Amino acid sequence: MKILCFARLRDLAGSAEIDVELPATATVGDLRREVERQAPALGPLLPKCAVAVNDEYADETVELRPGDRVALLPPVSGG
Amino acid sequence: MVQLTRDAIDGERLVQEVRRGHCGAIVLFLGTVRDITGDQVTVALDYEAYAGMAEKVLGDIEVDVRARWAVGDLAIEHRLGRLEIGEISVAVAVSCPHRADAFEACRYAMDRVKELAPIWKKENWADGTTEWVHPGVS
Repeated sequence: MKILCFARLRDLAGSAEIDVELPATATVGDLRREVERQAPALGPLLPKCAVAVNDEYADETVELRPGDRVALLPPVSGG
Repeated sequence: MVQLTRDAIDGERLVQEVRRGHCGAIVLFLGTVRDITGDQVTVALDYEAYAGMAEKVLGDIEVDVRARWAVGDLAIEHRLGRLEIGEISVAVAVSCPHRADAFEACRYAMDRVKELAPIWKKENWADGTTEWVHPGVS
């Protein structure tokens, strides 16, 4: 699954998008664990990041489906 | 009305946009780029957004504000790209029949923008280094 990365997360990932292997049914919680495992460079920042699924903040229990637009959002600093 | 823009923000235009005959109060907030943070000097800020979601979040904030106060009209505009010292990064304009609501609604909207919008700024410090600002992360 393609996961969008922003700001410092993108710098750490070396790319605006990372590819994460996920089982057919996975939750946001599963995604976090897999990102930590497959992209360890993101590890320290990851717990502070929010996850967005289809442009909405998503908690651990949200299920991911093929075609979902998923993004990792580090703490925001707009305004 | 909510908008992300790469153009300079015109506060007066937003004031005119939210003006309504039945509203006796218009409050305009402008967020501007500061030159000093702690003991570090800023040369410029770079703002980026997760654009689709940011517009949606700003739109949700507008709906929320309208549900809480009797708003005539509301405008939120956030600028993206490179901003120099003193430039306007964000503007919120609100019109309400009376000033108490206008002040509260404007402040609430701005607080929610800072809390929720998937927008990030990168400091360009005078010493040549750059740093993404992520509150709560050292």
